Amino acid sequence: MRAIRAIARRELAAIFGSPIAWILLAVYLVLTGWFFYTDVAFFVTFGAQVLATGLWRFVFIDFRLATLLVVPLVTMRLFSEERKLGTMELLWTFPVRDVQLVLGKFLAAWVFVLVLIVCAMLPLAVFRIFHPFDLGPPAAGLLGLLLLGTAFVACGLAASTLTENQVVAAMLTYGLLVFFWFMTWNEAAGNERLIRVLLLFSLFDHYYDFAVGTIQTVHVAYFLLFTAFFLFAALRSLQTRSWRGVD
Amino acid sequence: MDDSVPAIRVERLGKRFGTTVAVDDVSFEVGRGEVVGFLGPNGAGKSTTMRMLTGVFPPSSGRAFVAGHDVARDPLAARQAIGYLPERTALYGDMDVSGYLDFVAEMKRVDRAAVRSAVARAMDATAIGPVARRRIADLSKGYRQRVGIAQALLGDPPVLILDEPTSGLDPEQVSEIRQLVHGLGAERTVILSTHILSEVESTCSRVMVMNRGRILAVDEPHRLEGRLREHRETFVRVAGAEETARAVLLGVPGVTGAVVAERGPDGIDWLVRSPQAVDPRREIAAAVVGAGLGLVEIHARPMSLEEIFLALVGKGDRGAPDGAPGGEIHARD
Repeated sequence: MRAIRAIARRELAAIFGSPIAWILLAVYLVLTGWFFYTDVAFFVTFGAQVLATGLWRFVFIDFRLATLLVVPLVTMRLFSEERKLGTMELLWTFPVRDVQLVLGKFLAAWVFVLVLIVCAMLPLAVFRIFHPFDLGPPAAGLLGLLLLGTAFVACGLAASTLTENQVVAAMLTYGLLVFFWFMTWNEAAGNERLIRVLLLFSLFDHYYDFAVGTIQTVHVAYFLLFTAFFLFAALRSLQTRSWRGVD
Repeated sequence: MDDSVPAIRVERLGKRFGTTVAVDDVSFEVGRGEVVGFLGPNGAGKSTTMRMLTGVFPPSSGRAFVAGHDVARDPLAARQAIGYLPERTALYGDMDVSGYLDFVAEMKRVDRAAVRSAVARAMDATAIGPVARRRIADLSKGYRQRVGIAQALLGDPPVLILDEPTSGLDPEQVSEIRQLVHGLGAERTVILSTHILSEVESTCSRVMVMNRGRILAVDEPHRLEGRLREHRETFVRVAGAEETARAVLLGVPGVTGAVVAERGPDGIDWLVRSPQAVDPRREIAAAVVGAGLGLVEIHARPMSLEEIFLALVGKGDRGAPDGAPGGEIHARD
């Protein structure tokens, strides 16, 4: 536990110590703030009645985009930078297990994403002062967004173990996430049976129910499994140094 | 650590990456408190061997023990016993020195209450106290190297492995780091990898020579010389005519050759060859003086580590050494 905490703390200091973190935070808040504003305007203009389907659905589906854009830029440096600097080699000589390295880094990036998402909820809080609303549906949306962010972090972390080039790591993460998003977009591309299988894996089909204010165990389990899978992949990828070498 | 357990024991260690054999059937032992020089050209397998010892990756074959702990079966205990300075001293440039050392102390599971004092001791030993609050990225290369060594010292490991600790430093920094390493050897077992021979001569009690993934020799520097030499060289500085001196020197019983090394203001420097078994110094001195020439200086010329190294590596290249594991010079022509 102590090693995980030490790694996470160092990583967080590195994240917040770089201007990139603050730029990403600003971009994320501007995007989510704009989305929220336009969604409220849409809701009012078209005189929708039900907040869950008329407002929250759009808000959380839009926030998903901002999250998809920003998280890979947070995670790209996690292992890539260590490999580039050569600090990875030293980490491996400390009496620390690979799984602790993975979890420490994951925790740090996750905390940063948590900060992003919590800050993005500020407009909702302000909105509630003027228009009190039931907290249930947006709470479900928030949980969904957090689970989505967690899954993104795990995927980005795994990608960053593969290369010492941060841009490559980010592009790889975008590729994977967008694939998991788009794979069920065009039903005509596959037969019904295939689509049904693909739906099981689709990131955003599992997210949709959270956005409209419901929490289903199967979706929660999906995101946790998605996260666990990529953390495991990251761990295995680190262990390839055994036959791939360090340089 | 139990006194009877060697600091490092390596048994038929091997490592391959795909079809490339990086380390091939290497065996050696390093006793407690020894400072051992690890020599070899780039790509000889030194770094790979050290990475296996430090637990960066496991061996493909054979076994290695650090302070009695098997690096493959009990990697965390083995790593706990080692302080490592990698070849590329890579540090987190964005951290300040003491923050970085705190982090390493946590990673090395230094007792929580002792972190502060452990960091202070490591900074003391490497004289980096004055830069404790500076960002690592802003330090000179010499100071960064010291931070790297301080990091290795944290957790009080009985074994230190330093991979080319002086590479890329200026001469003054080199001598400072050498002194530092020399001091560390007083209490710890140190393996010092380098391709700078004078470094080994000045700091190490034993030398291991590695080339192409194999250990070619393990011995004290001066004993290596005895085993490798095919003939003896005596240095003589003679004042007087060159031709007379040559005739006199070649006339000494046992001498097989004499060549001029240098012509200086106070005489000509000769290198006189004789069979390994014959020490002709007295006879040479008597002959030179007897011929009325001036004997300015005479001494047996030791083989430099450079020559030993080239001789060993050259032999390794020529004949495939048979598989005698470590400690022996494989091929003698």
